[in-house]
Amino acid sequence: MKKIEAFIRHEAFEPIRAELLDKGFPSLSIIEAKGSGRQKGIVERYRGSTLTVNVRPKVKLEIVVEDKDKAIVIETILKHARTGEVGDGKIFVIPVEEAIRIRTGEGGEPVLQLHEESELPT
Amino acid sequence: MKKRLLIAGPVAAVASLVLPGLAFGAEAVPILDTPEASINAMWVIVAGVLVMFMQAGFLLLEVGFSRAKNAGAGVAKILVNFSIASLCYWAVGFALAFGGLGSIAGDHGFFLNVGSSIEEAGKSIPFVETYSISPAAFMFFQFVFCAVSLAIVWGATLERIKFSAYIIYAVIFSSVLYPVLSHWIFGGGWLQVNVGMQDFAGSTVVHLIGATGAFAALLLLGPRIGKYTKDGKPRAIPGHSMPLVGLGVLILWLGWFGFNPGSTLGAIGGRFAEVVVVTNLAAAAGVVAAVAVMYLLSKTIDIGMAGNGAIAGLVAITAPSGYVEYWAAPIIGAVAGVIVVFGVIAIEKVIDDPVGATSAHGLAGIWGTLACGIFTSPRLAEFNEVGDPGLWYSGSFHQLGAQAEGVAVAFGCVFVVSFGIFYILKKTIGIRVSPEEEDAGLDISEHGMYGYPEQFIPQPEYSTGLYTGGGGTPTPVAAPAVSPMTTTEP
Repeated sequence: MKKIEAFIRHEAFEPIRAELLDKGFPSLSIIEAKGSGRQKGIVERYRGSTLTVNVRPKVKLEIVVEDKDKAIVIETILKHARTGEVGDGKIFVIPVEEAIRIRTGEGGEPVLQLHEESELPT
Repeated sequence: MKKRLLIAGPVAAVASLVLPGLAFGAEAVPILDTPEASINAMWVIVAGVLVMFMQAGFLLLEVGFSRAKNAGAGVAKILVNFSIASLCYWAVGFALAFGGLGSIAGDHGFFLNVGSSIEEAGKSIPFVETYSISPAAFMFFQFVFCAVSLAIVWGATLERIKFSAYIIYAVIFSSVLYPVLSHWIFGGGWLQVNVGMQDFAGSTVVHLIGATGAFAALLLLGPRIGKYTKDGKPRAIPGHSMPLVGLGVLILWLGWFGFNPGSTLGAIGGRFAEVVVVTNLAAAAGVVAAVAVMYLLSKTIDIGMAGNGAIAGLVAITAPSGYVEYWAAPIIGAVAGVIVVFGVIAIEKVIDDPVGATSAHGLAGIWGTLACGIFTSPRLAEFNEVGDPGLWYSGSFHQLGAQAEGVAVAFGCVFVVSFGIFYILKKTIGIRVSPEEEDAGLDISEHGMYGYPEQFIPQPEYSTGLYTGGGGTPTPVAAPAVSPMTTTEP
């Protein structure tokens, strides 16, 4: 199992989410993050004084998948998050030891897969 | 019985407009003696109510310029200060300000105990007779001015002052300090009568006095934590809501249509309508000038500074509004708009004034008062029976000198007294919250609650359990959870 963490632009999130859903990966989380990198901060002007905000807002996307699916997710993120400008973000891949579904208590890689049609609430 | 008398007033006022010959026969209406007095009272009460609404303007302006952790504190401050001033001005302040024509202070009419007819009240409060107006309307109108002046003091002290400092200073300010100064300039005191200082609605009396109190407090209070970098450069501490600031500015602008035009103290003759136009022209010019200057300086249309420009234009036109012709109003407002921009930038280098009150009310107030000495027209100097025409018409610096003397006296007296009060408070109970409390925000440290709780308290903290659909006993979750350890271990 791998956890894929991607720091992306806000506007990249929606196309990534839509395509991952199409490809069978509905489970993911996002966190509003602030960070610094090669991209410069924002200068705010306020009643004659200035304030440099050195960290910019980004979205942190987190998704845990089976090893075999890692490439699909990364490919999707690269496809939509890349503008070619400084500030597109980064992707980190981290090994995950365990995954447990809280509702049933079951564990292991099957919890990362899509539900069967029959399992879904009507 | 009393109720019927109160109703009789307005009814008689309306009747008098329709049937002037019939309304006032042998039976005198007890409170409002003549149709003229009724109409004057009506206008002055409407104007007074508009000025009261300026408290909402100050509240929103100050809350918007504060950070979210101090948003609630401004609400408590405005409500408590307005209420303290209501009681103190009624009990003591009004008598000192208008209870007689002594050169230093009045001494009649404590607790507004002057009777309700104009004839009777005129013995204690001479202006009631001069302007032919109900004593209650006159007192209410003067009180809301005092409350505005007090509100100005506190805008500059946001985000770090102790609440107890408000209470003590508010009592002294609304009982003695403001009333005595307003007597000198408004109430027939020495600056008005002997010096001939012109201040129609209070560029000096209301705005400069408030800003001077703020200046004294700021010198002793010090800047907010983080306002200055290690090498002493000012940093912006952006307020949390520009929409609230904008609403505050517009409410103040609206309130000013009571503030200046109401200072005619009557509606007869229609002077008040001209003052409305003069006031609006100056405010508009203030915004245009402040935005233009700020754009030249920083290439941005500064939202906060547009608001400061409006306030500066309004403050500056307050003294001349009853003395100048239309053409002078945009000039006075525009100069104020320029002054406030440079004032905010210059003052911010040494003193932390989060709302720019010392510039918008102080510097623009001084400019407005001096502007009378330049632009007062002969016809209006004569109409108001105070002072002489300004430099533009007369070529004489005489009136300008009188204005400057008034400004210097008002600033000097208020500064010395206010500095003294705040100094004593600082040495005894302290005027500033601890750094920890300032860091946490006044909302939680002084008031025990947040202005915006959802921003500070994580949502799960509110929750007491899983939502189980509807009331009644919670039903167990469908699939009982099994300990994960037992299922994942091979």
